[in-house]
Amino acid sequence: MSVYSKPITFAILSGVVILIGTFVTLFVPLMLPSTQPVSEYVKPYTAVELEGRDIYIREGCNNCHTQTVRPLITEVARYGEYSKPEEFAYDRPFLWGSRRTGPDLNRVGGKYPDSWHYQHLYDPRSMFPKSNMPAYGWLARRPLDTSYTFKKVSVLGYGYTEDEVKKQLDDYRRKVTSSEYGSKAVRDRVTPPELRGQLTEMDALVAYLQKLGRDVKTVAGSIAAVAEASTTVKNPYEGNKNAIEEGKVLFDSNCKVCHGPEGSGGFGPSLQDSKWKYGGSDFEVFQSISKGRQGGMPNWDVTLGRERIWKVIAYLRTLGGKK
Amino acid sequence: MKGNSYDYDVVKGFAFSAIFWLIVGLLVGLWLAAEMFMPQLNLTPWLSFGRLRVVHTNGLAFGFALAAIFSCSYYILQRLTRTPVAFPKLARLHLWLFNVAIALAALSLFAGMNTSKEYAELEWPLDVGVVIMWVIFSINVFGTLIKRKEKQMYISLWYIIAMTVTVAVLYIVNNLEIPVNLFKSYSVYAGANDANVEWWYGHNAVGFVFTVPILAMFYYFLPKSTNLPIYSHRLSIIAFWSLIFGYLWTGAHHLMLTPLPEWIQTVAIAFSIFLIAPSWGSVVNGYYTMRGNWDKMRTNYLVKFFIFGITFYGLQTIQGPTQGLRTLTAFFHYTDWVVGHVHMGTMGWVTMIISASFYYMIPKIMNKELYSVRLANVHFWLILTGQLLYTVTLWIAGIQQGAMWKATNPDGSLTYSFLEVVAAMYPYWKIRFIGGAVYFVGILVFTYNLIMTVRSPGLETVKTEPQSA
Repeated sequence: MSVYSKPITFAILSGVVILIGTFVTLFVPLMLPSTQPVSEYVKPYTAVELEGRDIYIREGCNNCHTQTVRPLITEVARYGEYSKPEEFAYDRPFLWGSRRTGPDLNRVGGKYPDSWHYQHLYDPRSMFPKSNMPAYGWLARRPLDTSYTFKKVSVLGYGYTEDEVKKQLDDYRRKVTSSEYGSKAVRDRVTPPELRGQLTEMDALVAYLQKLGRDVKTVAGSIAAVAEASTTVKNPYEGNKNAIEEGKVLFDSNCKVCHGPEGSGGFGPSLQDSKWKYGGSDFEVFQSISKGRQGGMPNWDVTLGRERIWKVIAYLRTLGGKK
Repeated sequence: MKGNSYDYDVVKGFAFSAIFWLIVGLLVGLWLAAEMFMPQLNLTPWLSFGRLRVVHTNGLAFGFALAAIFSCSYYILQRLTRTPVAFPKLARLHLWLFNVAIALAALSLFAGMNTSKEYAELEWPLDVGVVIMWVIFSINVFGTLIKRKEKQMYISLWYIIAMTVTVAVLYIVNNLEIPVNLFKSYSVYAGANDANVEWWYGHNAVGFVFTVPILAMFYYFLPKSTNLPIYSHRLSIIAFWSLIFGYLWTGAHHLMLTPLPEWIQTVAIAFSIFLIAPSWGSVVNGYYTMRGNWDKMRTNYLVKFFIFGITFYGLQTIQGPTQGLRTLTAFFHYTDWVVGHVHMGTMGWVTMIISASFYYMIPKIMNKELYSVRLANVHFWLILTGQLLYTVTLWIAGIQQGAMWKATNPDGSLTYSFLEVVAAMYPYWKIRFIGGAVYFVGILVFTYNLIMTVRSPGLETVKTEPQSA
């Protein structure tokens, strides 16, 4: 009597056969703490960030955006430091994704100011005419539902008390509705008047995006070989007509979205005035562009490279700003 | 031939459920394909790409493919055991439960109730429903097998048993979640573990939904429609056991170069290469079954579907392990190449085999002749052309995308911004839409042909043209 004439034995046998690989590659890793290490540097999401994450899940953002930077040179250049396992200790579910119709978001936190995200979610093509991202303006027209927030953080075991959850929500609401809030103008523009005083779904989503990848310290300069050592360095393209033209093209495709046409200002400061926060010497401007500055100026060292940064600076000098 | 006691109503019910969800799923797919280059089509929250893509994948994988699998399983099971289905009322309940579950699944995904885990997006109440449905199906599978009149179990039955057991394990383990309320839950696994469980599930959903039961159809309906015995019984035994053994190790090839421990990735890719052997075992078995009878490709319209189908399966199972290799995954992963790969499997292999199985089975159970062989041929050429246009375009797009993402200037800086790469993809995405549209027309022809077959008055027809067999 062979197994091919005993259905139950056959079912049990095939069950055993499929469980061998399952045991080794699934159950064993689940039992090993090293599969998903924890780190004291990686903190759980706040109540607002968690609500934002749930909106990210609800809208299926993971269908177009990944959240894992792979340890490949061009990937680290494009997105930032590669992803470490400990960063995902609080991710239930994980959101690594499988397709990059849009860019990876694992290091997007802190890269742009909040105002950038409000405008971009509201109308992506107002900033990038060729983008195919759906517009999510309606998220700003929905108040954030916080009735399950405490239940959620309890299920996830983040250890916040009910009062702490309330305080986190209140604090964040106070931050984004305050007159001091740096991104107030754009937030007010995308949020209907009756919701400007409370948290919207878009507020929570922006909070979540700004948290992504920020707990892991980036290894400064590990890839970026672009640096100018001397503080008295001079722009080799100063006044060079061809370089200025090329610089304008680069400026328009990379910088205009924040600094406005011809540097007239936008999410980023105007480049036509005399108030240059980080100084106006060739060295200082080069540093601002290549390394970025806290609070919203991304680093351009690996995306543009040394030559092209100097060409952009040559163009900037024609705009009438500080020298 | 025709045993009146066989329960064919459930076979027919599932077959037409499959066709219905196929059309719904493809319409959603076409809308998505257009959204890629016309973002204005994201008209409402429920039509936005992120929600809609999930309706497309679930609608086709579970609404269409699973219904077709149930339909053919009930048919094959009864024929190969020479026994009517053990519990016909349970089978009827299964049919209704299935369609209610898929309809609720579509509605809930449109509403954004979604766990985010690919191909397991349904929230927990629906998961419970799916498990109940699967238990009902299993009772009938094993009930019928136990009562069977035919002693030996033919190859197709092995594959149906393996699917029944494995899908249950996969679905339950991956969907373990803690509810917050009726519409929201969180996975019990965190981070890298969740990723590992998800792709163990995701890859084996491909293995035990898109491969194993489709092979059951192939091994049953190819010999049936050609009157040729399968070439080698021994080869099918080796291929079966090594396939179901090897599949479960390979999920992590979807997670190459991520923070998942490296050894799991390496084991996964080793077994992926191993899987080429059993996959090609079935391909070779199919080809050799036709030896000396290749003229049937011309004379028997069904053979084209089977042979092209198994050929796409063969290509699919070479392409898959290859693109999982570390150096190639670094280039291809996250690009449109992978989207092309998936669609060769679903539009080529899965749909070709299901089409031919339905063409064989539906006239048989209705005691009628197929309405039009000519239309079946039109259907074949349309879905073949549509699929090739779709997949080849996306492979080219994927190569360009991967190359542009990686291009650097002499000083090491990146040549292209992300948006420049998006903009370069628009022509490809438009051609992909056209490919999908051609394919969809083919499916409409298929549907029309089956509906007309059912409606035809039977063999004493007067008005219609006589059909060739």
